[in-house]
Amino acid sequence: MIDLDKWNEIFESIKRHKLRTALTALGVFWGIFMLVILLGAGQGLQNGVEYQFEGDATNSIRLSGGWTSKAYKGLPKGRRIYLNNEDIKILQRDFPEVDDISGRVFLRGNQQVRYKDKIFAYSVRGVAPTIAYLEQFMMVQGRFLNDGDDHLLQKNAVIGTLVKEELFGKETDAVGKEINIGGIVYKVVGVYYDREGEQSLRDIYIPITVAQKVYQGTEYVNNIWFSTVDVDLDQAKSLENRIRRMMSAKYLFDPEDVRAMWVSNAIEEYQNFQNLFAGIKAFLWFVGLGSLFAGVIGVSNIMLIIVKDRTREIGVRKALGATPGSIVNMILSESIFITLMAGYFGMILGLVVLYFASSIESEFFRRPEIHLGVGFLAILILAIAGALAGWVPARQASRINPVIAMKAR
Amino acid sequence: MIALRDIRKAYATEFTRLEVLKGIDLTIEDGEYVSIMGSSGSGKSTLLNILGILDDYDSGTYHLDGTLISKNLSQKEAAYYRNRFIGFVFQSFNLLNFKTAQENVALPLYYQKISRKERADLAMHHLEQVGLADWATHFPNQMSGGQQQRVAIARALATSPKVILADEPTGALDSKTSHEVMEIFDRVNNEGRTLIIVTHEMDIAHRTKRIIHIKDGIIINQDE
Repeated sequence: MIDLDKWNEIFESIKRHKLRTALTALGVFWGIFMLVILLGAGQGLQNGVEYQFEGDATNSIRLSGGWTSKAYKGLPKGRRIYLNNEDIKILQRDFPEVDDISGRVFLRGNQQVRYKDKIFAYSVRGVAPTIAYLEQFMMVQGRFLNDGDDHLLQKNAVIGTLVKEELFGKETDAVGKEINIGGIVYKVVGVYYDREGEQSLRDIYIPITVAQKVYQGTEYVNNIWFSTVDVDLDQAKSLENRIRRMMSAKYLFDPEDVRAMWVSNAIEEYQNFQNLFAGIKAFLWFVGLGSLFAGVIGVSNIMLIIVKDRTREIGVRKALGATPGSIVNMILSESIFITLMAGYFGMILGLVVLYFASSIESEFFRRPEIHLGVGFLAILILAIAGALAGWVPARQASRINPVIAMKAR
Repeated sequence: MIALRDIRKAYATEFTRLEVLKGIDLTIEDGEYVSIMGSSGSGKSTLLNILGILDDYDSGTYHLDGTLISKNLSQKEAAYYRNRFIGFVFQSFNLLNFKTAQENVALPLYYQKISRKERADLAMHHLEQVGLADWATHFPNQMSGGQQQRVAIARALATSPKVILADEPTGALDSKTSHEVMEIFDRVNNEGRTLIIVTHEMDIAHRTKRIIHIKDGIIINQDE
């Protein structure tokens, strides 16, 4: 039940010491303000990096051939290891964790690309249709490459949005238009967008079969990229090891020789980032709570002074029948009230600042925010902080001896 | 109304043990008008504090209106008995300066969890009794000492206690206002309320119907 009289008493007490209360509240206000800003900024940093990660499938592994750096089974070091189409088939067949898989063939150097009178140079890659999932492409126009293009060696191309802008200028529709890549004519079947950044919007994708047959004459791939079914970090590492052993047996290189076959495990990288951010967040909580705690100590000190000030009043109240419990209640309520109000305004101001900061969008920072749960947690912390701040003064007040207190002047 | 049997109280410091009350036997009947006299250090204040359940005693028994006031009450129980059984009037009034006369009178009723409206009505009624109805909305620092003490008496009466305990109620007042305050006490007693006044002023003591002299922690005589 709301005890109107109790709250009247509290407002009276606050009104009598406006400046003192305001200065006290400032400590808590600043503490919670900093907590909100710090956590919001931390989240912004994390959102920024996660957005980067979202540019590719986060549960993916890339393999590429290298040069052996160790002699193995009588073979010298410095041998070139080439991965090829067969490896892709083996991975698909023997490793149930492998989900979408694609080899990638990078045409040497940038290719001259011509449309009407415009000539630009772009990197051109031969890929399987599954690369759309691995790159997390969004199709802006048309479609991505499909199995039909692959099997029939169709000279179809999918271009990035920047390629389309540069080549086609004001022409709105690129699909169906013919472009000339290194002297061979391709038909544009789609335009994609990728969140990863500008660089990846200046690429052209063609069927891997075409790239291998027309430009390379071999079944070699520059790298193999595949996503995995839902696996945790340990399973991903185990998969990586089994693949390395399989490849080492096939191509005869030392399984310990990481330079013979490069493996880039996005699952591991993602996990590392998650761990890093968990660390950063823990640190921000530590700093934020520290400044909040300093504010709480301030409230506690002021409440002690207030209790000292009101010693005689408390003595009179006790003589008239106030129980120790009612005195504790009075002081605690005042403390919690000051803390909650100050904290509330601190939180609101923090959220306002975050709101304005959310227009900042850079590579590493976007959408600073406080999760709803964190907000509630902060309010809970405030209530506890208020109680903590009031506890010592309230106990002291409840122990006041009325006889002695009433003699105090 | 009040029955004290062999009440003893000592204050022990690190080096000495000071016996303040050395066996007080005292009976005060319902409706009596009593003063307690003694010089400073006689133990009269300690006796008053024990009577008012503001202090505990070491041995003996204390019955108030038939209820045993145990020597080791919890603070909560002591607060309850103080609130229900006793009305205090102090030398320095002990009104709360940030509350109006009416709010001051209503304060003990707040601790009886009486509703706001009823508290205000009761407080007004008791202010009328001491002739200060017109001053209900004034703050203590806007009133004379005599008026403040009358507000304090109204506050003591507000809960209709069994006993009014007054500790040097005229100690801070001049003789004229002392007289006014004593007239109110006389009237309160005439209405049948038990009244105990601690004082060192003879003329004040003589207005009461019995004087209890206390010296060195024991009662030396009781004049009728």
